[in-house]
Amino acid sequence: MINWIYLTVALPMIGFLINGLLGSKIKNEKVIGIIGSSAVGIPFLISVVALFELLALPNDQRVFNVPLFTWLSSGWLNVSFAYRVDQLSIVMALVVTGVGFIIHIYSIGYMHGDKGFWRFFAYLNLFIFAMMNLILADNFLLLFLGWEGVGLCSYLLIGFWYDRKFEKSTTSDAAKKAFIVNRIGDFGFLLGMFLIYITFNSLNFAEVFSRAAALSIPTYVFEFIAIFLFIGATGKSAQIPLFVWLPDAMAGPTPVSALIHAATMVTAGVYMVARCSVIFALAPSAMAVVAVIGLLTAVFAASIGLVQTDIKKVLAYSTVSQLGYMFLALGLGAFSAAIFHVMTHAFFKALLFLGAGSVIHGMHEEQDISRYGGLKKYMPTTYITFLLASIAIAGIPPFSGFFSKDEILWHAYINGGLFVWIIGVFTALLTAFYMFRLVSLTFEGKERFDHHSVHPHESPKIMTIPLIVLAVLSVIGGFIGIPEVFSGTGGNLFSSWLEPVFKTANSKIHHFGLHSHFEEILLMALSVAGVVFSIWLARHIYIKNTRIADSVAAKFKGFYSLLRNKYFIDELYDSTVVNPIKKVSENLLYRINDVKIIDGAVNGTAALVDKLSALIRKFQTGAVQFYAVIMVFGIVVALFWILLSL
Amino acid sequence: MIPVEYYLVLSAFMFTTGVIGVLIRRNAIVLFMSIELMLNSANLTFVTFASFLGDSAGQVFIFFVMTVAAAEAAVGLAIMIALFRNKQTLNADEVNVLKW
Amino acid sequence: MTLEIILFILFALIGAASGVLMITRKNPVMSALFLILNFAALAGIYLLLNAQFIAVVQIIVYAGAIMVLFLFVIMLLRPDAEISILRTNPLLKYVAIGVGVLVFAQLIYLIFFFKPLNITPSDVAERIQIGTVENIGTEIYTKYIIPVQVAGFLLLSATIGALVLAKKKFE
Repeated sequence: MINWIYLTVALPMIGFLINGLLGSKIKNEKVIGIIGSSAVGIPFLISVVALFELLALPNDQRVFNVPLFTWLSSGWLNVSFAYRVDQLSIVMALVVTGVGFIIHIYSIGYMHGDKGFWRFFAYLNLFIFAMMNLILADNFLLLFLGWEGVGLCSYLLIGFWYDRKFEKSTTSDAAKKAFIVNRIGDFGFLLGMFLIYITFNSLNFAEVFSRAAALSIPTYVFEFIAIFLFIGATGKSAQIPLFVWLPDAMAGPTPVSALIHAATMVTAGVYMVARCSVIFALAPSAMAVVAVIGLLTAVFAASIGLVQTDIKKVLAYSTVSQLGYMFLALGLGAFSAAIFHVMTHAFFKALLFLGAGSVIHGMHEEQDISRYGGLKKYMPTTYITFLLASIAIAGIPPFSGFFSKDEILWHAYINGGLFVWIIGVFTALLTAFYMFRLVSLTFEGKERFDHHSVHPHESPKIMTIPLIVLAVLSVIGGFIGIPEVFSGTGGNLFSSWLEPVFKTANSKIHHFGLHSHFEEILLMALSVAGVVFSIWLARHIYIKNTRIADSVAAKFKGFYSLLRNKYFIDELYDSTVVNPIKKVSENLLYRINDVKIIDGAVNGTAALVDKLSALIRKFQTGAVQFYAVIMVFGIVVALFWILLSL
Repeated sequence: MIPVEYYLVLSAFMFTTGVIGVLIRRNAIVLFMSIELMLNSANLTFVTFASFLGDSAGQVFIFFVMTVAAAEAAVGLAIMIALFRNKQTLNADEVNVLKW
Repeated sequence: MTLEIILFILFALIGAASGVLMITRKNPVMSALFLILNFAALAGIYLLLNAQFIAVVQIIVYAGAIMVLFLFVIMLLRPDAEISILRTNPLLKYVAIGVGVLVFAQLIYLIFFFKPLNITPSDVAERIQIGTVENIGTEIYTKYIIPVQVAGFLLLSATIGALVLAKKKFE
C-alpha cells in the first residue's frame, strides 16, 4: 500500500472534481457528503495500512520514495511529483486524514440546508488534497505547491459565506486578510527555497539534507535559510508577527475553523520546520529565534484569550498560543515533542471547535458567550466532550494534553533554563484559566439568554458522534508518548518512532547535561498543581461570583482594554504598513505610473501613429502629377544607387 | 569627328526637359507632348550608338520605338477625348478621383 | 570648324531651345508647333549620324502623323489656356525642377565618368551602309521579323482601342 500512497492525494482531488463540477446538479446532500467524506476516509485507511507496513520493517528502513512523474527538469533543477513515506509523514498523514474524516462527517450535519453545501465539500476536499501534497512531498517545490494550495483553500473556505457581514467588514475581507498575510510569509519561504537551491543545487529533501549534514558550509548560510523558512512558518502557523489573520478567520463556518485552523493547516509550519530539522539544527541562532518567538506568541495570545467574549475567538487565540508551544519545542530541539503536541492538539482543538459549532448551532448562530450560560442540561453530550477537551488542553494527567505539553516544558527546562520553564508554565496556567472560563460561562451557572426566544437543543447524532470519537482520542491519545521517566528507556513510543527522522538534527545540537528523574517529576507536579489551581479559580469566579472578574477589570481598566483590543496590533499594522502601502499604491503607482507612464506610453504610441499617419496621408493627393514627381524622384534614387556601385 | 559625349549630352538635356514638362504642365495634351519628347531623346541615344558602334540593331530598334510611340499617342488622345466629354476639362489636377 | 560641327551646333541648339520653349508655352498650339520644330532638328541630327532612313521616317511619322493627330485633337477639344502653375502650387514646381536637375546631373555623371567609352567611331562608309533603306529592310524582315509582326498587332490594337474609346455611345 505504500506504493499506492499517491492515492491519498489523488482521491481528494477526485472528490473535489466530482463535487465541484457536478455538485450543483446533485440535489441529494447525503450523496455529496458521502463522496466528500469517503474521499478523505479511504486515504485514512490507506495511511493506516501504510503505517502497519512501516511497522513491520526494521527501524532504519522505514523510508520510501514513491515517484509519480517528473514535473520540472532543467539544468540541475529536477523536481518531480514524488512522495516520501517515512515515519514523520505517516504520522502527519494519519492526523490529517483521520481528523479530516471526522470533520467531514460532522460537516454533513452542520452545513445541512446550506445552499452552498456542495461547494463546501468540494473546497474541503481540495484542502485535503493540498495538505496531503504538503505532507507527503519529497521536495520543497511540491511542498510549496501544497503550502500555497492550503492558503488558497483557507481563503475559499473563510469567505465561504461570501454575502455575510463579519464584525466591521465582510467575510471576504477576512478571507483576503488571511490570504495576504499568508503570502507575506510565503515570500520568506520562497527566499528560503531559492537560497536552498543555490546552496545545495537541489530541492529534493533527501539530497538537501544529506548534503547539509555532510558538506562544510558556513553557518550563516543555514541561519539565513532557516530564518526565511521560519518567516514562512510564522505566516502559515500564525506566530508573531503574522498571526493577525487567525482570529479573523473565525468568519468561516466552524468545521472550517476546526479543520484548517486547529488541526491541519496551521500545523503545516510546524511540520515544515520539523522536516527541515537538519537545517535548523545547523543554525543555532535561528533556533533561538524560533524558540523565543514561539514562547512570546504563546504568552501573548493566551493573555488576549482571557478577555474575549466570542466563543470562537477564545479558541482561535488558544490555537495561536498552543502553536507557540510547538515552535518553542522546535526551537529547543525537541522536534518529536513538537510533533507529538501537533497530534494531541489536533484531537482536542478540533473537538473544541466542533463542540463550539454544536453550541452555536444549538443556540441559533449566537456566538457571544455573555449570552450563554447553563447550557449543560440542554446539550449534555456536547458539554461532556467539551469538558474532556478542556481538561486535555489544560494539561491534567492522564489526558493527552498533559503528556505532550509536559514534554515540551521539560525540554524548556533542560535546554532553555528555569526562566523559560516559568514562562511556559505561566502560559499553561493562563490556558487552563481561559478554557475553564469559557466552559463555565457557556455551560454552567445561570442562564443568561431569553428562554422564550432561544431554545437550545442538542445537535443531531451525525454531529455528536464525531465529538465522542475525538473525545476518546483526546483522552487516550497521549499514551503513545509517555515520557521515559514513567515508562523506562525507549518507553516513549512516539519519540522512538520518530527518532530516525531527527537523528541527524539531534546529532548537531548540543544537549545539555543530565537531569535526574526527580527533577522531572517535581516540575511535573508543580505544573499540574498550578493548573488545578487555575481551573478552580476560573470556576469559582465565573460560576459563583462573576463580580470578582468585573471588579478586576475595572481596577486595571487600561490593561483590560489593551487585552480586549488585542494589544491594538491590527491598528498598529494598519497605520504602519497597510495605509502607507495603500497611499503609495494610490498616488505613486496608480496616478503616476499607471496613468501617466503606462497609459501615456500606450496612448502616446497611438497618438504618435495618428500624427505620423496624418503626415503621410498628405502624399495621397490624388493628383497624378504629384505621383509622377515621386516616381521620378524614385528613379533618381535608383540611379544614385547604381552610380555608387559603379 | 564629333565625340559621342556631345550627342549623349543633348539627349540627356532633351530627356530632362521632357521630365520637367511632364511634372509641371497641367494641360493633358502638353503632358503627352512632353512624353513624346522623352521618347525622342531615347531615339537619339539609340541612333548615336548604332552609328558609333557600327551595329544596325539600334536603328531597327528606333523603328519599333516609333511604332509604340504612335500607338500610345493614338490611344492616349482617345482617352483624353473621352475624358473631356465627361469632365469638360483637360486639367490634370481636376482628375483626382484617385484621392479616395 | 568643319561643316559637321557647325551643323551639329545649329541643330542641337534648335532642338534644345524648342524643347524648352515647348514646355513653357501657355497656348497648347504653340507647344505643338515647337515640338514639330524639335522633331525637325532631330531629323537633321540623325542625318549627321548617317541614319538616312531614320531621319526621313522621323519626319514622316512623328512630325507628319503624330503631331497632326495632336493638332487635330487640340482643335477638337479647344482646351482653355491653363492657369500658370506658379499660382496654384509653386512648391511643386520647384520640387519638380529640382528633381529634373538631379536626373540631368546623374545622366551627365554617367556619360562622363563611366568609361568603357573607348569607342572609335567606325569609318563613314560603313556608317552610311548601315543606315540605308536596303540594310534596314533586310534586318527587319529577316532578323527582327517577329517583333515586326508584334508591332503590327500592337498598332491594330491601338487602332481598335482608340476607336472604342473615342466614339460616341450608341443610343
